[in-house]
Amino acid sequence: MKLIIAIIQPSKFSEVRDELYKVEVNLITVSEVLGHGRQKGFSEVYRGVKEMGNLLKKIRLEIAVNENFVEPTIKAIVKGAKTGETGDGKIFVLDLKECVRIRTEERNGVAIG
Amino acid sequence: MINSGDTAFVLISAALVMLMTPALAFFYGGIVRRKNVLGILMQCMAILALVSIQWVLFGYSLSFAPGNAILGSLKWFGLNGVGFAPYADYAGTIPHQAFMIFQAMFAIITPALIIGAFAERMKFSGFMVFILLWATLVYDPVAHWVWGIGGWLRNLGALDFAGGTVVHINAGIAALVTALLIGKRKGLDNKPAPPHNLPFVVLGAGLLWFGWFGFNSGSALAANGLAVSAFVVTNTAAAAAGLSWAMLEWMFNGKPTIFGTVTGAVAGLVAITPAAGFVSVIPAIIIGLLVSVFCYIAVAYVKPKLGYDDSLDAFGVHGIGGIWGALATGLFASKAVNPAGSDGLFFGNPHQLYVQFIAVAVTVVYSALVTFIIYKVVDAAIGMRVSEKEEAVGLDLSQHREGAYTMLE
Repeated sequence: MKLIIAIIQPSKFSEVRDELYKVEVNLITVSEVLGHGRQKGFSEVYRGVKEMGNLLKKIRLEIAVNENFVEPTIKAIVKGAKTGETGDGKIFVLDLKECVRIRTEERNGVAIG
Repeated sequence: MINSGDTAFVLISAALVMLMTPALAFFYGGIVRRKNVLGILMQCMAILALVSIQWVLFGYSLSFAPGNAILGSLKWFGLNGVGFAPYADYAGTIPHQAFMIFQAMFAIITPALIIGAFAERMKFSGFMVFILLWATLVYDPVAHWVWGIGGWLRNLGALDFAGGTVVHINAGIAALVTALLIGKRKGLDNKPAPPHNLPFVVLGAGLLWFGWFGFNSGSALAANGLAVSAFVVTNTAAAAAGLSWAMLEWMFNGKPTIFGTVTGAVAGLVAITPAAGFVSVIPAIIIGLLVSVFCYIAVAYVKPKLGYDDSLDAFGVHGIGGIWGALATGLFASKAVNPAGSDGLFFGNPHQLYVQFIAVAVTVVYSALVTFIIYKVVDAAIGMRVSEKEEAVGLDLSQHREGAYTMLE
């Protein structure tokens, strides 16, 4: 089992979600986060004062999957989020030790999907 | 002769109508996604500033100065000759400038109504030019036809107490045309995006309802019984329409919603606008109950079926509600309410309905045609739609370099 964490552009979220649905990855957790990347975003200006080095809004996805879903999930995220410009984001793949479905107390492989 | 009561009433009414444009900003601003809320607020406030200047320079003159049947003239350019003595052809008991500034607020809110149609995707530079041209080439002539001395619809006998044709049909049709020309928003597949702040929508609707008393009863241009009559039917129609929309949702969607209830109330205010000052209270209830039915059908069935993206239903509420209100005036108008008006179909004068129909049809055709031309010209010269990336990021950041809400301090 792997835990896939992806940081993507907020504007690409709906495309990523559509791609994930296509490969039957339906269980995702989404949060809004702020982050510093390498890219230059739209800087903000308030009453003539430019806000430099602002943290930029990003979307963070967490997806727990069985091994056979790891590659399709990664490919789907890349397909939905890639523009080729700096700032498209990153995908982290972590080993996942255990997973419990609270309702049934099932564990691991059956509990994950 | 100047009457101080009338003057005070019209000035207060002008201030009430002014408040409707920021109110509309919150009404619309709550409905859009949060990346675009400042875009909406900015468009409303920019119109308030831009049209205020246009109006005192030449807009008022084109609309109301003596001219021909089609257009006023530039005789009152820069308010030259528009002073503090009454101008009896428009209002005999208040200073001419009081009438002018009251009318200014109508000229301001009308283009602001249109922005609901192209919300979340118009370029700010193109927007400013479009609005200036629209106010000058669409609003000013139509205001002259209906309200100006010598205006041909006025001479025909069309009844429009506070701006059903001039304001609501005019803006509603421009909304439909711009929504069709600019195209759909990206990535929504005709599904509505959830409103980002419904309390803002309710705040805006409440302030619109409040301001509308200035809009409709102020149009009596005197603190008299006619103003009271317009006030009462305005409140009544809004109430009936709010209840009616909520009932429709209860029947067809299972639950009544606050969004639907306030949308209904606004539709009721739109529909009673031309009729206020000509109809009594029972017709006002009928006008209110039915406007929600027509607008509900337009918004919930016709729009999804035809697939145009009138994002905030500027056409669905103001266009449809305005047309119903103008025609209903031809049904329910009564000389018992306003001896200066005329009787409608139900009071033995079918001709009035025909005149109302002509006024509606002419406004629809003119507004559609000229809006189309203005849009095409500005689109070719400056461009009307933001880039795909700017649209995805949102208008707040891409057009104004501001964000409405912070995530961390």
